[in-house]
Amino acid sequence: MKIIKKAQAGSLESCDIFLKVEPYDCGIEINIENGVKNRFAERIKKIIKETLKELLVENVKIDVNDKGALDCTIKARLETAVLRAC
Amino acid sequence: MTKVVKSIKKVLKLINIKDGMTISFHHHLRNGDYVMNLVLEEIAEIGVKNLTLAATGIYPIHQPLIKKMENKIITKIDTDFISGPVGEAIVNGKLEQPAIFRSRGGRARAIETKELKIDIAFIAAPSADSAGNINGVDGPSACGPLGYAIPDAHYADKVIAITDNLVDYPLFPVRIEENLVDYVVVVDKIGDAQKIMSGTTIITRDPIGLRIAKYALQVIEQSGLFKTGFSFQTGAGGISLAVADYLHKKMKEKNIIGSFALGGITKFLVDMLNEGLLKTLLNVQSFDLDAVKSVKENPQHQAISVSRYANPKAKSCAVDNLDISILGASEVDTNFNVNIVTDSNGIIIGGSGGHNDSAEGSKLTIIVTPLIRGRFPVVVDKLTTVTTPGRCIDVVVTERGIAVNPNNKEIEERLINSNLPIVPISKLKGVAYQLTGKPEPIKFYDRIVGKVEERNGKIVDYIRMLKY
Amino acid sequence: MEKLRRTLLYVPGNNPAMIQSAGFLGADFVVFDLEDAIPINQKDSARILVKNALKSIDFNSVETMVRINSWGSGLTKKDLDSIIPSEPDIILLPKAESKEDIEKVVRCIELEEKKYNKKIPIEIFALIETPLGVINSLEIACADKRMTGLQFGAEDFTANIGTKRTKSGEELFYSRSQIILACKAKGISAIDTPFVDIDDMEGLEKETEFAKQLGFDGKAVISPLHIDVVNEIFSPDEREISWAKKVLNAFEKGEKEGKGAVSVDRKMVDAPIAARARRIIEIAKRMAI
Repeated sequence: MKIIKKAQAGSLESCDIFLKVEPYDCGIEINIENGVKNRFAERIKKIIKETLKELLVENVKIDVNDKGALDCTIKARLETAVLRAC
Repeated sequence: MTKVVKSIKKVLKLINIKDGMTISFHHHLRNGDYVMNLVLEEIAEIGVKNLTLAATGIYPIHQPLIKKMENKIITKIDTDFISGPVGEAIVNGKLEQPAIFRSRGGRARAIETKELKIDIAFIAAPSADSAGNINGVDGPSACGPLGYAIPDAHYADKVIAITDNLVDYPLFPVRIEENLVDYVVVVDKIGDAQKIMSGTTIITRDPIGLRIAKYALQVIEQSGLFKTGFSFQTGAGGISLAVADYLHKKMKEKNIIGSFALGGITKFLVDMLNEGLLKTLLNVQSFDLDAVKSVKENPQHQAISVSRYANPKAKSCAVDNLDISILGASEVDTNFNVNIVTDSNGIIIGGSGGHNDSAEGSKLTIIVTPLIRGRFPVVVDKLTTVTTPGRCIDVVVTERGIAVNPNNKEIEERLINSNLPIVPISKLKGVAYQLTGKPEPIKFYDRIVGKVEERNGKIVDYIRMLKY
Repeated sequence: MEKLRRTLLYVPGNNPAMIQSAGFLGADFVVFDLEDAIPINQKDSARILVKNALKSIDFNSVETMVRINSWGSGLTKKDLDSIIPSEPDIILLPKAESKEDIEKVVRCIELEEKKYNKKIPIEIFALIETPLGVINSLEIACADKRMTGLQFGAEDFTANIGTKRTKSGEELFYSRSQIILACKAKGISAIDTPFVDIDDMEGLEKETEFAKQLGFDGKAVISPLHIDVVNEIFSPDEREISWAKKVLNAFEKGEKEGKGAVSVDRKMVDAPIAARARRIIEIAKRMAI
């Protein structure tokens, strides 16, 4: 899939994650807000990369604001944002 | 005669405050306290340094303390409880010496054995007379029984009453007598009593919390202790309060009259007393204004000192007579050790308060907690900070299962034969990790910024400075 | 074995916090809503979240249901394509009015079965919320062997017939009864409409008692705070359970002696009454009383 426009999904409610995706040329860039203080930052990045692979997305910039989302929520919100951005 | 001094500035000069002294405050005004900030401002102007702050509780309103820490006016803190930005400042290394975290009873013990020597006790006094008689139940800032201030009043070298309600001599009723007090200072306001009921002292409406409370009630019903004459204490958290609410209804239904409820008193407990479901309340702290009013007006609602409440070295204390305590936790490990001082990010969010004391004293200690909080598992391999040792904890109740400490064979047998979802604690841990995954370990510097003590004074863990 | 379906908890399909704890709130079964709880610009979000949640979240053996969008919305096919592979236990079709409405859902499931060459045991519930739906409730209940229940939707129904909802509910009486009859004739679950005033516990109790008396097996709830009240009303109490035990013992003893009916406390107990007693015992067992 090719990301052709900006899109967002999710929310800042507890247990959710807010994602903004936008077109990008240099592969996959993931920015997690307060990432250094987030003990799940690496795991979030891992889930995002795996999901992008499944969706066949190779170039995208993602801004992440995590409010304690479980794996399936991260995956779902990313899938939604990507589909909206195509 | 009058002990009234015109200002805080003046009284500090009179008592000759010096570098290195230990000053104390109580937290009965909780997040509505003005006194600590007022006094520390004046102390900062004088220029003394390296003071130890022995405060029974520190709240978000005490944020100005951080500057005093940075300026080395306060270089050590000795406390039972910290919530808010001061806790974060400590784990970020802003306090020169390690903070000491004690339980309520532990602090009383330390003061009475002179381990914690207080030079000056500043006592926020909702009402005082010119001779220094103090009470906590009259005046615009009435906040309750002042139980935590009692050891300070008896053992500090100098005792200063700070009041916004000076009355004619002699004040009555009297909680702290004039023979203990050196000076009285009148200020505009000692605090905002509306803010006593702050933060978590509201019954939870979260459906998960209510489910946990329901399970806890069933544990109590099956425990063999739930009969006329029983006694209990609940923590200040929303789920514990929901348990108290369910207990209330069940006691009415089954016509069970309790002998006493102990500790921090709320409207819920006052209602139970008024309905004749409890013989008496033993109040060391009022969590809301109904509790403040009731302790003043109802002789069956007794004010007690923190030493009577929980001092393990006193000739006896109330927690050791407790049947059931219902407490919270930020983390629990598979040995039933509990963390109540730091959160899953290593930040100070509380302190033992009465946790350690009631857990050890009561016959049955029930921890009520969700299995995960946000994305963090509550039941974990290793605690971020140990506060209450596992030998004191009998049952851990979560919405996804209930674990019983195998060292309490009697409760184990009763609950296994009930219809409750009893599972080994290792299974609860497994479920938690399966849901959340394992978080990256917290990074710390070696530097110790806090020492956590059990009620007998033994250090049970250290808090280290966070590394980002 | 009869499933315990006393409470059906509605959970907005776009709310991760509620979805992940849905199995642990005490409701007998839960429905993840993609329809009325979700604004049009979040339909995709909810659909994808529920799809993923069904695959990975532990729902504590509670039956899972998904309320897809109705055939009139244009979103139904998308919902079914997403949700069927995640295999919820039940799919709830709102605004069901005919057996064709159900058959279209069944065909989508069967297409998936063919595609993946496996059996997908999804059951179907229909939400009856229109006059035509009420009239056709029997044909809807009989539409397919996958049909496992009907739920009544009073809010849409009263709007449809042009009257307003009252606490006493006269305007709903006939429809409730019609739905119950259809369900009992076919042997599927009859679930009442939710009580919408979250804080009125007394009103909730009254309406639930009434629903039970009419013959409903359970009631939908829109707030977790209603679960315990509704569960309790739809559960047999101690008195009923000891009655049931007594009656069943006597009846089975009588059967052994060749009797088709026995007398218990000067009342006749024959096969239908014994069956009711058996059902109560089964429910009690399920509740582990």
